[in-house]
Amino acid sequence: MQTIDMGQTPLREVNAALQAQTTTTNQTKWVLENPRGAHAVAVGLDAPIEVVVKGSTGYYCAGMNKQATVQIEGSAGPGVAENMMSGTVIIEGDASQYAGATGHGGLLVVKGNASSRCGISMKGIDIVVHGNVGHMSAFLAQKGNLVVLGDAGEALGDSIYEARLFVRGKVKSLGADCIEKEMRPEHVEILRDLLDRAGADARPEEFRRYGSARKLYNFHVDHAGEY
Amino acid sequence: MCGIVGLFLKKDELRPRLGDMLTDMLITMTDRGPDSAGIAIYGDDAAGLKITVQSDDPAGAFDGLAEVLGAELGQPVAIKLADTHAVLTVPEGAERAASAFLDARGLRIMGVGKSMEIYKEVGLPKDVAARFGIRAMGGSHGIGHTRMATESAVTTLGAHPFSTAEDQCLVHNGSLSNHNDMRRRLARKGFVPKTENDTEVAACYISSRIAAGDNLGQALEGTLKDLDGFFTFVTGTHNGFGVVRDPIACKPAVMAETDDYVAFASEYRALVDLPGIENARVWEPEPATVYFWER
Repeated sequence: MQTIDMGQTPLREVNAALQAQTTTTNQTKWVLENPRGAHAVAVGLDAPIEVVVKGSTGYYCAGMNKQATVQIEGSAGPGVAENMMSGTVIIEGDASQYAGATGHGGLLVVKGNASSRCGISMKGIDIVVHGNVGHMSAFLAQKGNLVVLGDAGEALGDSIYEARLFVRGKVKSLGADCIEKEMRPEHVEILRDLLDRAGADARPEEFRRYGSARKLYNFHVDHAGEY
Repeated sequence: MCGIVGLFLKKDELRPRLGDMLTDMLITMTDRGPDSAGIAIYGDDAAGLKITVQSDDPAGAFDGLAEVLGAELGQPVAIKLADTHAVLTVPEGAERAASAFLDARGLRIMGVGKSMEIYKEVGLPKDVAARFGIRAMGGSHGIGHTRMATESAVTTLGAHPFSTAEDQCLVHNGSLSNHNDMRRRLARKGFVPKTENDTEVAACYISSRIAAGDNLGQALEGTLKDLDGFFTFVTGTHNGFGVVRDPIACKPAVMAETDDYVAFASEYRALVDLPGIENARVWEPEPATVYFWER
């Protein structure tokens, strides 16, 4: 196990060491101590390594992640796991705004709450939030799954394309062109797998599914006010 | 961008360390605002009222100032010097006459209060804090700001905090879009901002609401209805500390609370050295939600 004290080692060196790992590395377990809310911790990783961050992080932790598993033993600032391609990011505490934004793949797990714009413009990432999500979550979502065990804030899924949104609690309001949809057996299976992988104690049957009404795909004069 | 820090102590034990803790928080927020920095600190109540003034020529302006002001008011005036600033303590009731006198001498009035002193200048937060000796200052609560200017010039008067009434101050991260209209509305009620700065309009707005009988919470609630634009506001009064974010809440904010204090910062890293932070309740204030504490 490699341990780095971020109180001693500059951020660029920490990230360079992590980014230097390859698919065949035998240094597979890393621990980062004293992150003290630093920005851009463990970004741009591309190796099947496990990174444990012993505390809370600032902006953009685990951005552009590929293959790696990054676990934050605290809360994460804005833009955590932004544009993730694959791998897993787990936040033991809360996530600030736009968690998992534009993510193409992988799994993001927030064990606390995520604030506004969670999963904005998501493009294939799976996001499981054990608590609540704030307003405008899954805005312009294109692909992937957003699972919320708690409540969702205003304008969930505004201008959504094809992502699936599963919410167990209350939805304050749905955004433009986002509607409730039926839970078919295949959705229950997708959700069961996600809940299982995210260590979430919930049954798929407790959730409602939301998605696109597909009425904004093409211009329709009756919808001019929605654009 | 801009950075905000704030600390409201619930217990007296930490009072001597207030300035020290706020200085560290402020310096950590330098990346968010290297243009200018300022701090409002609520220290011990004065026997009268404290008027904080600033001059670009402190040696000339402050020499003998207490004596001439005392002669003008016919009552003794105390003075405390801190670099470009001076804190004059005038007898209660003499504030209006003193302010007019100081204004006429070309001194910039930063704020007036029973306990509040305001220090703000152009420059890096670490330099600004060092010039005024903020670290050595004690008190019950304080608010600091590091500025990246957007809506008005980088000047001393354009720096935050803004104070528009006794013991009231405001710092702001964001930009307001209806400040010119609001400026005219407030002027009709007798609240006239001194600068072209949008934040000062928000400070005047809150002062006007408190003058009309609102408490701090109600005044902050009003900003959600009457002010348009981006804002995270942190505000102080003689005995209170409040936070509100606009409904879109783009501007970052994190709060921490323990039995000893309530702390605010634009980013978590400004809070990491506070005592007991590892066991504090840390959360992101909700959009369009007023938080305030009063003692």
